[in-house]
Amino acid sequence: MESLYLLVPLSALLVLALLGLFAWALDAGQFDDLQREGERILATDDPLDVDQPRDEAASKQ
Amino acid sequence: MVNPSVANPPEAVYDDRAVRLFSIAAVVWGVVGMLVGVFIAAELAFPDIAFGIPWLSYGRLRPLHTNAVIFAFGGCALMATSYYVVQRTCQVRLISSRLAALHFWGYQAVIVLAAITLPLGITRGKEYAELEWPIALLLTVVWVIYAIVFFGTIGIRKVRHIYVANWFYGAFIIAVALLHVVNAASIPAGLWKSYSVYSGVQDAMVQWWYGHNAVGFFLTAGFLGMMYYFIPKQAERPVYSYRLSIVHFWALIFTYMWAGPHHLHYTALPDWVQSVGMMFSLVLLAPSWGGMINGIMTLSGAWHKLRDDPIMKFLIVSLSFYGMSTFEGPMMSIKTVNSLSHYTDWGIAHVHSGALGWVGLITMGSLYYLIPRMFGLREMYSVRAIELHFWISTIGIVLYIASMWSAGVMEGVMWRSVNNDGTLAYSFVEVVKATFPFYVVRLGGGLLYLTGMLVMAWNTWKTATIGRYQPVRIPLAVASA
Repeated sequence: MESLYLLVPLSALLVLALLGLFAWALDAGQFDDLQREGERILATDDPLDVDQPRDEAASKQ
Repeated sequence: MVNPSVANPPEAVYDDRAVRLFSIAAVVWGVVGMLVGVFIAAELAFPDIAFGIPWLSYGRLRPLHTNAVIFAFGGCALMATSYYVVQRTCQVRLISSRLAALHFWGYQAVIVLAAITLPLGITRGKEYAELEWPIALLLTVVWVIYAIVFFGTIGIRKVRHIYVANWFYGAFIIAVALLHVVNAASIPAGLWKSYSVYSGVQDAMVQWWYGHNAVGFFLTAGFLGMMYYFIPKQAERPVYSYRLSIVHFWALIFTYMWAGPHHLHYTALPDWVQSVGMMFSLVLLAPSWGGMINGIMTLSGAWHKLRDDPIMKFLIVSLSFYGMSTFEGPMMSIKTVNSLSHYTDWGIAHVHSGALGWVGLITMGSLYYLIPRMFGLREMYSVRAIELHFWISTIGIVLYIASMWSAGVMEGVMWRSVNNDGTLAYSFVEVVKATFPFYVVRLGGGLLYLTGMLVMAWNTWKTATIGRYQPVRIPLAVASA
């Protein structure tokens, strides 16, 4: 099963890299205020998101 | 992260050119890929319709169908939405318009080369990794450009927190790069021929390590990125539990990598590797269902949107197919179930409940949100056409998977039935003949799904012709802390 000699270490390395990334995310405060982060994407300045009179031609049919 | 000296200037706008191009390309390739799918479905029911023309034979067109729907339709949609989402959630412009354009045209070149070489019979013969080495190499370069633009944009973000959708898109980009490079390793023997560096069961193991993780990271993680942005935006409420979405992400990526051996049950692969694959597949049920419930519950308290808003129908029904196929998958990975289901049309049913139901519907829902915004409009030209598209495709999916489930179980049972003296009760061709009515129903289901896609293409065309892109200003990054 030589392919496992490639795939198993590769997966192990990957898991280690992921753990490192997770540790970074924790450390960097990525998970500090999750409630607010979930809501943040809803608050934008996108003119197309706020209620405004629609382009008449656009709303046909 | 926020630093007034690097805050966006008031006139800064998002860079939506690549988003617009990729979203249109997704619709076009969707029509093409599904058309090829319908044609090969017709070939299975009526084998003579290709008049013996080799370029139209099932064996050559089937990889064209899978490549077109997965990598062209799905891929372009992932690229469009990832470029849109990364800019909006990081409140910054793409790091390079030029690289993003290069990414777009490079990726289209790969798709066109695939559409030429596969019907000519030029293939590596590895499922979902058919493209010969020069194209695979070009794809690698294009993918690196994609990674540079995506992660570079995250690197210059103005919001300290990286929104969960970006984690999913990021995992998709990195994992697909790794899978592609390992599985595509081959020795060229001329311009259009190469041999895998692995052989025998080693090659099979590497292939399905690739194949299943392609499902996990291309067809799942990437589209979950879409789910976590477009469902909250369309529902106008935050995801049900943002905390659960983080758990969903880490649980999924830590467990996915070893599910592949379930594609090789009862083969030369050592038994223990098969069992490991089966175990990991069963474990995957937990994060998958956590994510599905999280997405659906986002609508909690606003269920009426499911009745009034056809885009919401696409998004939420896609999640119920995600739940169905992520339940069915682990069940099919159990060896005893697999001994009945493997090599039958049950597999086709499973794949298409994931592909048409989950990937297709979440993509269409997200594109219906995205496309009008690419043309300065708040909604598509015709909202009723979205509703029509939803019902046509849902009925199509039901016909498709119900007929293939029935055909699959029938095939499994017929193949394993034996007479009293121990001989097989049915010859292979008798089983093939018995599948005919199911193949005809499946063709009908596929036709309906294609029809829905044509409705979408018409609606997209109308939207693009009446609208005009309006640049969107980037907020002044006051929200970041």
